Amino acid sequence: MNMAKLLQVSDLRVEFLTGRGTVRAVGGVAFQLDRGEVFALVGESGCGKSTTALAVMRLVPPPGRILGGSIRLRGDDLLTLDEDSMTQVRGRHIAMIFQNPMVSLNPVYRAGAQVQEAIVLDQVPKNEAWRRAVDLLGRVYIADPAHRALSYPHELSGGMRQRVMTGMMVSRQPDLLIADEPTTALDVTIQAQVLDLLLELRDRTGMALLIITHDLGIVAEIADRVGVMYAGSLVEQGPVFDIFEEPLHPYTRLLMRALPRLTKGQGSLHTIPGQVPSLIQLPPGCPFHPRCPDRMEICSTKMPGLTVPAGGREVACYLHGVGERQ
Amino acid sequence: MSIRPHSTTETPLIVLEDACKYFPVRRGLTRRVVGHARAVDGVSLAVARGEALGVVGESGSGKTTLARLVPRLIQSTRGRVLYDGQDVETASGRDLIRIRRRMGIVFQDPSSSLNPRTPVRGSIARPLELQGIRGKEATRRVLETIELVNLGAEVLDRYPHQLSGGQQQRASIARAIILRPQLLILDEPTSALDVSVQAQILNLLQSLQAQIGLTYLFITHNLSVVRYMSDRIGVMYLGRLVEVAPVGPMQDRPLHPYTAALFSASPPLNPRLRNRQRYRLVGDPPSLISPPPGCSLHPRCVFAVEQCREEVPLLVDAGDGRQVACHRWMQLALAVQTG
Repeated sequence: MNMAKLLQVSDLRVEFLTGRGTVRAVGGVAFQLDRGEVFALVGESGCGKSTTALAVMRLVPPPGRILGGSIRLRGDDLLTLDEDSMTQVRGRHIAMIFQNPMVSLNPVYRAGAQVQEAIVLDQVPKNEAWRRAVDLLGRVYIADPAHRALSYPHELSGGMRQRVMTGMMVSRQPDLLIADEPTTALDVTIQAQVLDLLLELRDRTGMALLIITHDLGIVAEIADRVGVMYAGSLVEQGPVFDIFEEPLHPYTRLLMRALPRLTKGQGSLHTIPGQVPSLIQLPPGCPFHPRCPDRMEICSTKMPGLTVPAGGREVACYLHGVGERQ
Repeated sequence: MSIRPHSTTETPLIVLEDACKYFPVRRGLTRRVVGHARAVDGVSLAVARGEALGVVGESGSGKTTLARLVPRLIQSTRGRVLYDGQDVETASGRDLIRIRRRMGIVFQDPSSSLNPRTPVRGSIARPLELQGIRGKEATRRVLETIELVNLGAEVLDRYPHQLSGGQQQRASIARAIILRPQLLILDEPTSALDVSVQAQILNLLQSLQAQIGLTYLFITHNLSVVRYMSDRIGVMYLGRLVEVAPVGPMQDRPLHPYTAALFSASPPLNPRLRNRQRYRLVGDPPSLISPPPGCSLHPRCVFAVEQCREEVPLLVDAGDGRQVACHRWMQLALAVQTG
C-alpha cells in the first residue's frame, strides 16, 4: 500500500522575468492534500494562489518559470517528468477548472462533443463516449441532458457552462480537481449549486479538491483545510475551523476582521494599513512586516519559517516560535 | 438596531411609481423587434432623505437598470421617476442638468470610470468645470474633497494606472461628491476590490454619509456588503421588486422565498454554519424576454401553488415597514441563519 500523500508540494518557487525586474510570484510554498480532502488556498489579488495552482499542473505561462521545489503526486515528482508523461497526468490524474467557463469551452463545438472528446482519450468508442457524456451532464444537474448536449456554449447559462466544464473535468475520474475561482463569475444561488456539486463529486469519487479563491465565504462553506497566502508566501495553514476561529498569523487575523459581518451602525470594519508590497521589490524578512501591528525587530531581517504550534497547524510568524528559513 | 424614523410629511428624495424599462430585442437582417427584455418591470419605491437603501439581486435582475433610471441615464418605458418631487422623465434639458447636479454616481470598475489619459485631478475636477467653476476655487474644492476621501494631494498629478484599486475608487468617490450632492448612487462600488481594500472603502462611505448627510442608493450582489451599508434592502428578481424591508428583520426572517434562497445561499463567513438550512431554487433563471406567467419565480419556487402560476403577486404592505410580493407570505415561516 502506498502511504504517500496524494499531493505533496514542497518549497515551490515560481518567478516571472519581466522588463521591470523579476517578479517573485511564489516564494517557497509547501502544502499537502490527502485523498478526498478539500484544501482552499485563499488570498488577495497577486498573492500567488493561481500561480501555485498552475505550477501544480506545470502550466505556468512564459515568462514565468518554476525555479525549484517539488510537486509529488503519490510520491512521484511531477517536476521531473518529461512533457509526454505530464500530458498523461493532466486530465487523467489532475484536472482543472477556471473562473470563466466561456473561455475554457470551445465556442464552435457542442457541449456534449467536448465532454465526449475527453472520454474518447481513454480509448472509449465514440458512440459509447457520447452516451457517457450525456449521462455525465445529467449527473452535474444539467436538466434534459440529451437535448442540452447538443447546445453550443453560448446557448447555456453561466452556471450550466461551469457544470459542463466540471462534468468534462471529472469524466476521467481524476485524483485531484483544481478549481481556480470556480464560482467568481456566478450568482450566489448558482454558486451554491456548483459548490454542492463539487462536494458531491468529492464524496462519490474520493477525489481531492484544491480550491483557489479570494472569497472567505466559499472557504468557510466547503474547505476542510485552508492555506492563507500573502505576497507569494503561504503564511498560515490549518483546519478551517481553527483558521476562522483562532487565526494565528497577524495577516489572517486582520483579514478576518476586515470582513463585513456587521450590520449598519454596529461599528466600522477593521482595515489593514498600507499596501501589498511589489513582488519585484519584496521587503526583506517577512513580506507582511511593513503592515504588521505586531512586528518585531527580527521580522524585517529574516523570513520566518513555518512553525507547527499544534493540531495540524502551521504558521510563518515569529510570534509563534523561532522557525527560520534559509 | 434602530431604524431612522422617516417623517411622513417630508417628501422622499426618490420616488418610483410603476417604473418600467423594456429593452427591444432585435433579430435578423432587418433588425426587426421580436420582443422585449423587461429589465425593470413595474417597480414602485420611495427612498427617504438620509436613508441608505440597498438593492440586491442576481445578474439580470434589473438592479443596475433601476439605478440608471434615477438620473435618466436611460429613459423609462413607462411609469414615473421623481427626484425631490420633480419628474425626472419630463424634465427639460436645463432642469435635468440641475437635477443631476444633486446626484453622484460611483461605478464598479474605477479603472474604466476614470479617464486614463489625464491625471486624476482632471477627472475629479470635471464636474466643477461643467458647472463653470475653474481656477483657484476649483483647486480649493478639489483639495477639500480629496481630503474627505482620505487621498493625499500627491495623487492628483498621477494617472489612474499609477494608483492602486482602492485609490482609484477613492478618486471616483471624490468626483461623485465634489458638487456636494444629496444622493450617491453606488453601483457595485467594491466588487472589483480585495477584502482589505473593500473594508476601507465601506468605512469611507459610511463616514461620508454621516459627515455630509448623503442619501445612498446602493446596488450590489454581495449580501454581506449590503447588510453593512443599508438601512433598508430591496430585493429584485427578474425586473421586479419582490421584497423590501429593514435589514435586521429581512435577514432573520425573510418573507419572500427568493429572499430566503438568496440569503441562505450566501456563505455566512462562519464554517460552523455550513450545514444550515438552505432554501434551494430549482433550475436556472428564466429569460427576461419571455418571463413565466404569474409570479416569475414560480417555476423555481418549492412553495409555488396554482395561484402562483396564474396571478402576478403585487408588492403589498406586510407591516413593520415591510413589503412583499408573494401570494403565500403569510403561510410561510422562513428563517435564515447568517454569520
